[in-house]
Amino acid sequence: MSKIHVSATVNGDPVEFLADPRETLLDCLRDHLDLTGSKEGCGTGDCGACSVLLDGRLVCSCLVLGVEAEGKRVETIEGMAEPGGELHPLQRKFIEHAALQCGFCTPGILVASKALLARNPDPTEEEVRYWLAGNLCRCTGYDKIVRAVMDAAADLRGAA
Amino acid sequence: MAKDEIKTPFKLVGTRVPRPDGLDKVTGRARYGADFSAPGMLFGAVVRSPHAHARIRKIDASKALALAGVKAVVTRADFPTGLEGEKWNLQDNAMAGDVAFYDGHAVAAVAATSALLAKDAAKLIEVDYEILPHVTDVDEAMKPDAPVIRAGAADYSVPEGMPPNVVRYLDFGHGDLEAGFAAADLVRERTYKTEATHQGYIEPHACVGQLGADGKGEMWVTTQGQWYVRWMCAAVLGLDAAQLRVTPSEIGGGFGGKTTVFMEPLSLALSRKAGGKPVKIVMDRSEVLRATGPTASASMDVKLGMTKDGTITAARAEFRMQGGAYTGLSPVGEALQCAFAPYKLPAVSHIGYEVLANRPKAAAYRAPGSPMGAFAAESLIDEMCRELGLDPIEVRLKNAVTEGDKSSYGPTFKSIGLKEVLAATQAHPNYAVPLGPNQGRGVATGFWFNYNGDTSVSMAIAEDGTAQVAVGTPDIGGSRASLGLMVAETLGIPYEHVRVNVVETGALGVNEPSHGSRATFASGKAAVLATQEAIGEMCRRAAAEWGIDPEAVEWVDGAAQPSGPNAGKFPPMPIAEIAGNMSATGGPICGHWQGLPEGVGASFGTHVVDVEVDPETGKTTVLRYLVVQDAGRAIHPSYVEGQYQGGAAQGIGWALNEEYVYGTDGRLQNPIFLDYRIPVASDLPMIDTVIVEVPNPGHPFGVRGVGETGIAPPLPAIANAIAAATGARLRHLPMTPPKVLAAIRAGADG
Repeated sequence: MSKIHVSATVNGDPVEFLADPRETLLDCLRDHLDLTGSKEGCGTGDCGACSVLLDGRLVCSCLVLGVEAEGKRVETIEGMAEPGGELHPLQRKFIEHAALQCGFCTPGILVASKALLARNPDPTEEEVRYWLAGNLCRCTGYDKIVRAVMDAAADLRGAA
Repeated sequence: MAKDEIKTPFKLVGTRVPRPDGLDKVTGRARYGADFSAPGMLFGAVVRSPHAHARIRKIDASKALALAGVKAVVTRADFPTGLEGEKWNLQDNAMAGDVAFYDGHAVAAVAATSALLAKDAAKLIEVDYEILPHVTDVDEAMKPDAPVIRAGAADYSVPEGMPPNVVRYLDFGHGDLEAGFAAADLVRERTYKTEATHQGYIEPHACVGQLGADGKGEMWVTTQGQWYVRWMCAAVLGLDAAQLRVTPSEIGGGFGGKTTVFMEPLSLALSRKAGGKPVKIVMDRSEVLRATGPTASASMDVKLGMTKDGTITAARAEFRMQGGAYTGLSPVGEALQCAFAPYKLPAVSHIGYEVLANRPKAAAYRAPGSPMGAFAAESLIDEMCRELGLDPIEVRLKNAVTEGDKSSYGPTFKSIGLKEVLAATQAHPNYAVPLGPNQGRGVATGFWFNYNGDTSVSMAIAEDGTAQVAVGTPDIGGSRASLGLMVAETLGIPYEHVRVNVVETGALGVNEPSHGSRATFASGKAAVLATQEAIGEMCRRAAAEWGIDPEAVEWVDGAAQPSGPNAGKFPPMPIAEIAGNMSATGGPICGHWQGLPEGVGASFGTHVVDVEVDPETGKTTVLRYLVVQDAGRAIHPSYVEGQYQGGAAQGIGWALNEEYVYGTDGRLQNPIFLDYRIPVASDLPMIDTVIVEVPNPGHPFGVRGVGETGIAPPLPAIANAIAAATGARLRHLPMTPPKVLAAIRAGADG
């Protein structure tokens, strides 16, 4: 099957790649753009480890075809910290609260949490839990993740 | 007392420092199994049996091999013959021989120039199967007329006349059982069942394997144990172990499931056949669920005798477990050993049967066997406490083992903290929260032995007085932080001055995996002993400089100093100064320890859960959850709490949602996360923790190991809470809404 040329913006940078029409956006990020921070845990949109923002909307990149990224803006975990390396408050709070154990679900949860805080800067515990219900973590029991997200939200509100 | 208020003589041990791999893991830089690539790499795909039990008549790969870009196909014919025991088990499970034993069993594999092409090629490999009768349920498999899975597979322990699928038989205990039951005021006997569950790590198995015609190879792989991968792949392929170099990636969860091999040997076999090009294989989720190593399913009878005041007079357990089509993999022995471990019993009997079935080869899963044993024993204790009107914690305190007691499974306990755990549970505010309608509280205790295992650790002082540590136990949940804390504490230098590296097989002697709750205990103890060796060398360097006896030098706060006024008057010589001069004073300064670290300390935990059961739907909501567990010493309290919380969450999933569902065709019906439903954030409350510290005298800082105990109590605790809320006693997991509703209605009906 012939490949399709795709132009997109990833983490602010213009990119081009050739996608097999069957390849997911996740495949293209990982295999064509070497952005392996987004993870595949299920390939069926159930685990959220591949979460990215597509034109600002939170999606499972395993459920989006690579060719669908044409002309779109993609934001991944690799673009979350400032270009100079300063961490996003969510990233800092995840380390501080020990909100990761194996760390495999962490990129997806950070991206999803950032999307939550963009639309709801002051979420309740229940709102955090329901928003993150599409992101599986098998290590932590979610306790420290929820605390880290709420603490980061407070931090961001304080800074605003 | 809150952990952070406990006074210790330590500066670093017990503090909540940032983990050294944190930055890599929050920025997406950390490299896991599927993130590794090598030049010239091919991609592998595996052809799997769609049948639970089938003879393989013929495999025709000609159409696949005719595709441009397909470089190699392997079948069992490409593997050596004549293997025995566990080596044969591993080989046959990695690639079926004449017979496929379960839905998902690998029968062929292909390597091609892209992942998509490899998948296309796999679909073109034609396998001619003769379908055989199958059995997946443990009780069905134990019937005398069940389909025979592997004739002659039983070991010496199985008495004459047992059903053909029984391959291992266990019988152990002590005391006069009949006299014990005769002394009881209440004797009850019940049957319990638990279904197979999967570890459910979010990272699927992945590896890149490379093997040349010269028998030299390399592998990059997600694993809990790189040396296990090495010996297993070497055994399956007939290689020299030392010629295979295995580098572990960061690991996206394991919980015991990544202590063995599945498709890893296939990548090496494909690589060898494709002229030595590296071959990457990444499983998808359905392959993980169908064809890796879930835990066993169990059918269990328990009988207990209790006096009116709650003293347990006798206990009997008869457990049946299937662990797939291979022997030795069901944790029936551990389940029996753990079931009554919290209690001092005058008489106890354990009978166990390991049974073959047409299911994937079981692997370890967090405290293997303990959750099943706890579910059966702790459910029955709770039922009898209710019948006698006794407080479940009081009864556990009355029967709790303490130092010097003979355990239910034989050995005598050394220092343990069960009574301290129970007392802390009783004192916790969660145990006194008033409950509303349809709500109930459940209590249960769990046990894990903890473990040492072969361990080899090296450390070295860098030129500037910082330190590097080479360990062989992959970091799954923060062990680099805890090891770094212990080494820094021992050296008397800042935590940030220590780098802990998880190294490849070429860099150390054989290490067992990160399993059995051993990483912080065993690698930790070895790292401290290795560090002490380096400290001894630094004291000798200082003594030589000062011209005094090395025995007269001690190490204090990161510096050598004369041990007293008689030793001589010299200012302390700091580590940076000794390190800076090392080249002139005798060369590199290193420490090493290898061996089997003695002094394992067992751990107990007690959980309290409050649930609310919807009487109309049977849905159980966990309102409140408390984990109290003896850590011995919490080196990094946050990651100890994380182990408690994560174990509880897995146990809650096992209790309420998770199970392997097989159709009558023997195929797994729920091989994706949508249907194999692990707990999500909205299913759980905050999980409260209390770290009890009864230090283990066998470890320099008192560590016991904290990873595993916490998965056992949730199964019975939640069953006990549902019984308290509804009056319905569920004895078959998982306790799904339809099952709970049926039990409530059965109770109400009569």
